[in-house]
Amino acid sequence: MSVIIILLIVSICIAGGFLIAFLWSVKDGQFDDVQSPAQRMLFENIKNKEK
Amino acid sequence: MGKLKSHTEEKISCYHCGDDCKSNDILIEQKHFCCSGCKSVYEILNQHDLCTYYDLNSNPGVGLKTEIRADKFQFLDNEDIRKKLLQFTNGKQSQLTLYLPQIHCSSCLWLLENLHMIEDGVLNATVNFTKKEVFIVYDETKTTLRKVVETLSRIGYEPHLSLNEISTDSLKKMDRTRWYKIGVAGFCFANIMMMSFADYLSSANHVETKIQTFFQGASLVLVLPVLFYAATEFFVSAWNGLKNRFLNIDFPVALALVITFFRSIYEIFSGIGNGYLDSLSGIVFFMLIGRWLQSRTNQTISFDRDYKSFFPIAINVIKEGKVAPVEIASVKVNDVIQIHSNEIIPVDAILSKGAARIDYSFVSGESMPVAITIGEMVYAGGKQLDGLLELIVVKEVSQSYLTNLWNNPVFTKKEIVRKTSYDTISKYFTYFVLFLGFIAGVYWHLQGKDNLMWNAMTTVLIVACPCALLLSQNYTHGNILRILGLNKFYLRSPDLIEDFSSINHIVLDKTGTLTQTKGSNVRYSGKILSEDLKKLIASLLNQSSHPASKLVFQYLNISDLFEVTNFKEIEGKGIEGWVNDQHIKIGSAEFIGKTQTTQNNGSIVMIFIDGAVIGEFVISNKYRFGVTKLIQSLKKHFTLSLLSGDNDTELKNIEELLGKDSELYFNQSPQQKLEYIKQLQDDHQLNVMMIGDGLNDAGALKQSNIGIAVADTSNTFTPSSDGVIDGSKLSNLDSFIQFARVGKKLVLITFGFSVIYNIIGLVFAVQGILSPVIAAILMPCSSITIIFMTYGLTEWLARKYNLNRKNY
Repeated sequence: MSVIIILLIVSICIAGGFLIAFLWSVKDGQFDDVQSPAQRMLFENIKNKEK
Repeated sequence: MGKLKSHTEEKISCYHCGDDCKSNDILIEQKHFCCSGCKSVYEILNQHDLCTYYDLNSNPGVGLKTEIRADKFQFLDNEDIRKKLLQFTNGKQSQLTLYLPQIHCSSCLWLLENLHMIEDGVLNATVNFTKKEVFIVYDETKTTLRKVVETLSRIGYEPHLSLNEISTDSLKKMDRTRWYKIGVAGFCFANIMMMSFADYLSSANHVETKIQTFFQGASLVLVLPVLFYAATEFFVSAWNGLKNRFLNIDFPVALALVITFFRSIYEIFSGIGNGYLDSLSGIVFFMLIGRWLQSRTNQTISFDRDYKSFFPIAINVIKEGKVAPVEIASVKVNDVIQIHSNEIIPVDAILSKGAARIDYSFVSGESMPVAITIGEMVYAGGKQLDGLLELIVVKEVSQSYLTNLWNNPVFTKKEIVRKTSYDTISKYFTYFVLFLGFIAGVYWHLQGKDNLMWNAMTTVLIVACPCALLLSQNYTHGNILRILGLNKFYLRSPDLIEDFSSINHIVLDKTGTLTQTKGSNVRYSGKILSEDLKKLIASLLNQSSHPASKLVFQYLNISDLFEVTNFKEIEGKGIEGWVNDQHIKIGSAEFIGKTQTTQNNGSIVMIFIDGAVIGEFVISNKYRFGVTKLIQSLKKHFTLSLLSGDNDTELKNIEELLGKDSELYFNQSPQQKLEYIKQLQDDHQLNVMMIGDGLNDAGALKQSNIGIAVADTSNTFTPSSDGVIDGSKLSNLDSFIQFARVGKKLVLITFGFSVIYNIIGLVFAVQGILSPVIAAILMPCSSITIIFMTYGLTEWLARKYNLNRKNY
């Protein structure tokens, strides 16, 4: 049954990875402005066309 | 591209801004424009291949009706001012954030982020749509700050520059700690719950002890960041409450958290069971989300603007024949300053050159601009309407009338610790629970089962923590604030929602609140005016700079005029002169020598030609759309009164609007307004809501229980207030108030509902048999019920009150 302990450690590590990814994205300001990126991605094609 | 949808006869709308075009002659390639400003923006964009701007949204532009003076941004060349505006510079590259209130659609975003195509030196421009800000990086060797700002202004995005907002707001970083806390709490909650699962499914002894120990150890490690990091704000708030000697709602919550924690440690170490760590971290997670929802009020609105953000950053000072911009704080007494049209006068000064027509509506509430002759005083806060002025400074900015108004003690009044009725409920709730725990403990002690005594006493506290009340309060308020925000009614703090239910009197301001800031109604009654007569009258009016004359002149809309001889202006009374061999007198009834024929419902200008009265023009304020409806509905729930800084020419109209039983006061000074509110509160025990817009209402807004400022566009300055409402939405104010008032009932209903879970838990707890499984089932059930109930009920009510529920 001790395999469950290993599995658990692995699962916590993976979840911890996601937590770190989340904290990182907050730190980078991903949640500061949720409106403009949503609009900006629509223009990427237009920009390329003009260049 | 380029197709005009509405090529019908009725209306041609501007290709740039969508306004109606008054004439058809401003056009390029079959695209009509309402003014040369809009046309020039199109030309710039066309020249730089940026016409995608118009494809993304139809008529995305911002009308550019007033031309921008060539040297308006000269002050940006000033080194001191430049330094204050820039966030970073190394001589080659500079960075700054500008506030552009005009940002409103995806076209704006696209155009601004392509700024480098118009202005060469711009290296990068990033828009923050939520805050309406643009972050610009530019090359100092290729361009200057002034050029960047001028380019922005030329394409219709004039930045709102003010030293006040720069020095505080841009430095204030977004508060991200709550995100971190939610992340950490969520992570720990999910993992602890997962490890407790084995325990839920089997009775205690079936899980292998080795694994059991490991699970418990891991849970204990995971709960530490929840308690000592994520939940800190509850402890801090509870402690602050205790310091001020009252038990706020966070106190029992913090108490329950601590007891749960120690109880769990005791259980784990004595080998009784797993404790309640899963419920503990779960409740912290849900409460944090509730707090986040509640604090997610609109970030773009600042409620604490003071006069500094109302003033320009710099002003032109004439020294030894040279005009140079000087920062406002460094303007000295006896300096000669220059004021252009539509600029705000930041100091008290004496007029030395030019024709002044000053609009004081914001400072004093007077709806008519005041004409000032050379040698007279001009007070800070007034706005020059047209023409260039030169003024001699009498008092510096820090000493001026307006600043003194602001330094009134009301504004420095310290915020007392707010005590909401929920705190009171939670207090009694806590007393009750403590009492119940005590009784259960005593009972088991008398039964001789001390083991169960401790068990019952602690678990009662755990299960009965008023988290549900806190949750329903946070979720309800959060959602109400969000829905009101979608309807352009922004509240400073969620606690205000509770205050709405106690309001029983509303005080209104007139100028700028009930009436529009721009535009007056001109009506004519009397003999029918032929074109010739109109021309005669207009010719004479053109000679006068009196505001009333200007208004009537605009109303007549005549371009070619006759010559006027023997023109005479008698101040405050009227004008007379000879036009086309006819003697014309225009002015008040007294000036004409007749008695007034109509009632007092606006300012009256009488026309008198060759000894006979032709007719009269009545100038009245233009009321906002829907004001009548608003007042009618407000009258059903509240008593009303009106305080105006203006004269009583509108008395008749107002009386008709508000009804005879409302108290109306005119010619009120800011101080009088404040005292009136105070008197209502003290002598009549009323809870007053004040709705105003100008600086003259600032004191009253602060004094009232809820002060709401009316703003026409988000960039116009509003005095410090508890809430800001968009002028166009004022007619819906009654529904907003009713909606907010239901908030308190909603909180109590959802709380009452969730108490059922508490009672179930208590039944187990007093018997001393509350197992972690039951706690782990009850806690999320109660939280999720609350979330769904509050959300569903607020949405349903929003629909009932016809509120907007979508962001578009």
